[in-house]
Amino acid sequence: MTEAIVSKPAARPRPKYLNAVRIRLPLPGIVSILHRVSGAGLFFLLPFLLCLLDKSLTSFSEFVEIVSHPLVKLLLLGLLWAYLHHFCAGIRFLLLDVHKGLDLPCARRSSYIVLAVSLALTFIIGVKLW
Amino acid sequence: MVNRHIVGAHYGLKDWLAQRVTAIYMALFTLVFAVRLSCLPELDALAWQGLFASPFTRFFGFIFALSLFYHAWVGVRDIWMDYVKPPGVRLALHLITLLLLIGYAGWAVHILWRP
Repeated sequence: MTEAIVSKPAARPRPKYLNAVRIRLPLPGIVSILHRVSGAGLFFLLPFLLCLLDKSLTSFSEFVEIVSHPLVKLLLLGLLWAYLHHFCAGIRFLLLDVHKGLDLPCARRSSYIVLAVSLALTFIIGVKLW
Repeated sequence: MVNRHIVGAHYGLKDWLAQRVTAIYMALFTLVFAVRLSCLPELDALAWQGLFASPFTRFFGFIFALSLFYHAWVGVRDIWMDYVKPPGVRLALHLITLLLLIGYAGWAVHILWRP
């Protein structure tokens, strides 16, 4: 029994567990996990966003003061990207739901488009509002 | 006769559908709101608060808030179900998420309908 194992080593060592650092995700996988990460980020910062909306409607000058802080601006830029990525990736998933763009080249291309469009929109809107 | 689906392909269909319906509503609202924002001559206090004083923004904004919270409930619950295995911890996280979202809904009504 043991001899058989020794004389015939496995062609490829199989992973015993999933190592998140060593996994190389394909592009659609990256879009998918970022969809989850951006959603979670938006959820955790919902109270902050509600607070900002509240302030903007009661005391606009205080609102401007808060969002003028560079760190708050950076955080809002991150949230803007999260919203835009979640938006674009969500539309891609809705299209996949109705069997649009299911073949591999198409799925890769649409993942690339989602990443590029959400980053580009973040840049354009971010520059406009900074 | 009561025909209940305890297990099988229909389990969770309601939430799956709700997640997508709320997503489509929010996407449309976002586009319309972005267009209305870009049509403002100046993004100042008067214009911004005027936008939110409109009954349309209040009505459709309220539906947006409810959609957002329901959508977040389905999504965040999926995250807990994927990564948190101990039943007690998972139940606690589900409850905290649910209660937070219900609280946010009250807060959103307060923000939108303040005189």
